[in-house]
Amino acid sequence: MQSEPQALNRPLLQSRSGKTKARDAQVINLGDRVFYVATRSLAFCVIVLALLLTADLIRGAWESIGTFGLKFLVGTTWDPVTRQFGTLPTIIGTVVKATIGLLLAVPISIGSAIFIAFYVPKSLRPIISYPIELLAGIPSIVFGLWGLFVMVPVIRIVQIWLKAHFGWFFLFNGPAVYGVGVLSGSVILAIMVIPIVTAISRDILLTVPRLQIEGMLALGATKWEAIWKVALPYARVGLVGAVILGLGRAIGETMAVTMVGGNSFDLIHSLFDPVHSMASQIASEFTEATYGLYVSSLIYVGLVLFGITICVSLLAQLLIWKLSKGKVAIFE
Amino acid sequence: MSAPNPALGLRYFRRKAIERLAVGGMLLCAGITIFFLVTILGYVLYRGATAIDWEFLTSLPLPPGETGGGIANALIGSALVVACAAMMAVPIGLGAAVFVNEFPSAGLGRFVRFLAEVMTGVPSIVVGLFAYALIVRPFGSFSGFSGSVAYAFIMIPIILISAHEAFRLVPDSLREASLALGISKWRTIMRVVLPVSSRALLTGVVLAVSRALGEAAPMLFTAFGNPYWSLNLGKPIATVPLLIYTYATAPYEDWHRKAWAASFILLVVVLITSVLTRAFLRGKSNE
Repeated sequence: MQSEPQALNRPLLQSRSGKTKARDAQVINLGDRVFYVATRSLAFCVIVLALLLTADLIRGAWESIGTFGLKFLVGTTWDPVTRQFGTLPTIIGTVVKATIGLLLAVPISIGSAIFIAFYVPKSLRPIISYPIELLAGIPSIVFGLWGLFVMVPVIRIVQIWLKAHFGWFFLFNGPAVYGVGVLSGSVILAIMVIPIVTAISRDILLTVPRLQIEGMLALGATKWEAIWKVALPYARVGLVGAVILGLGRAIGETMAVTMVGGNSFDLIHSLFDPVHSMASQIASEFTEATYGLYVSSLIYVGLVLFGITICVSLLAQLLIWKLSKGKVAIFE
Repeated sequence: MSAPNPALGLRYFRRKAIERLAVGGMLLCAGITIFFLVTILGYVLYRGATAIDWEFLTSLPLPPGETGGGIANALIGSALVVACAAMMAVPIGLGAAVFVNEFPSAGLGRFVRFLAEVMTGVPSIVVGLFAYALIVRPFGSFSGFSGSVAYAFIMIPIILISAHEAFRLVPDSLREASLALGISKWRTIMRVVLPVSSRALLTGVVLAVSRALGEAAPMLFTAFGNPYWSLNLGKPIATVPLLIYTYATAPYEDWHRKAWAASFILLVVVLITSVLTRAFLRGKSNE
């Protein structure tokens, strides 16, 4: 008598307890069972896709892994003619561009996020956050186009000026007249990462308990003091997560960086040197790769890129989740 | 009674100054962000609007160096590839989201949701490599379908996550009311949960489509591009974002003009979807 309604309710109310696997399926009628199996297999599709991606990358890179092993990661020669492949300069190029991009983007993003979360009245918040979200929706290729024809000429002027006046400083002692290079790549990455980091930081800052801030204000603190001494320490972990998430995006970004990054294989010595990032190297060479080991090496680069971005994004999610307990969805 | 402590006055002044400085700094930050948005949007819209015309939308590309022609094949190509991707991604994304939310059993659902979040972080160029290794290599030819698979991979996590968030907002009391009437669980989901959250579901799908429409990187070695008229998903096919890349990096002035015009189209699509989804979700409490 009693067991019937409970059996009905259980899948709904008894969440996360861990041992209901069989009971979920066991519900009542055939339609339910079919539905359960169908959605379950669709969920499995997602898992299979993710596994397939990993397996495909490893299989594709296998020839190169067998030939170069881990030396691939520290090799500095990339020469399709002599069949020597090593990807250290691109890894360095990627990391340097992403790091400088983040250094530029983080203060601006966190500043905007604090402003939106604490200083803008709630009713006006959408007016400021909406355009920023819009910026996040612009396709990467459009940033690339804008970067190539509008930003790069401006950066070229800045670079020439910097070299003329501060050329003795090693960072500024490079081929300034190209315009494309580390600096251009970093700036476009910064512009692209700002909206992502801003949006997530804002959501995280909004989880800071209102009472804590009001308590500070009631004690006579200025608003900034309340933010600096209470809100930011509270949200610290999540903000770090947001920044790391931005780093992941910056590392994996392809089209814009391919268009303004300069795309050269040499190790960089200055801010003005053109250099490939991992993604741009794959993008610009893949269709021209003529033999198996070449293709395989490019896929190997992709595998390394995949590994790095996954680690970075796992770390980011762990931190954001730790703070917000799932309240902030990481979602573009 | 006593005169205000001069040290305190100084400190008060300093605190006020810091407050002003901080607000000024934050205004500057927000200003910089908005400045970039306005310059980029404004410039692309301006260059695009002056370059776009009827011929551009309706005719085929001309050989390099000749002025004129259009990108009709890429417009249709993009629509085809994305539509095919949506046909794969929508059932998988929605179905998996139903499973994740309505059958929260044994951690599998939570794992799938977690996986979806990881998948949003996979670089799009890597997704392209995946579609290449999965489809292009075995079949020996670039194809629109392989592009669709890549797009589907990008769309699934977006649809899944937004659908899951939508289902979460459906109150349990609605489900219970339906179940209490003796209606089976699957009918409850199909007739109550899905309709109640339909707006948010549609929003997620539209977002995923608009995101995919702008992705160029996965098309480089899947759909590949095609200067001719082709509606065959088994063959190389032109898509708008990849065409922008090709045109922008080529040395022809007329091609640059077309790249701006094509970007204009992409931007307009993004803007329209963004405004539409916004209007769609208005009235919901989440901002």
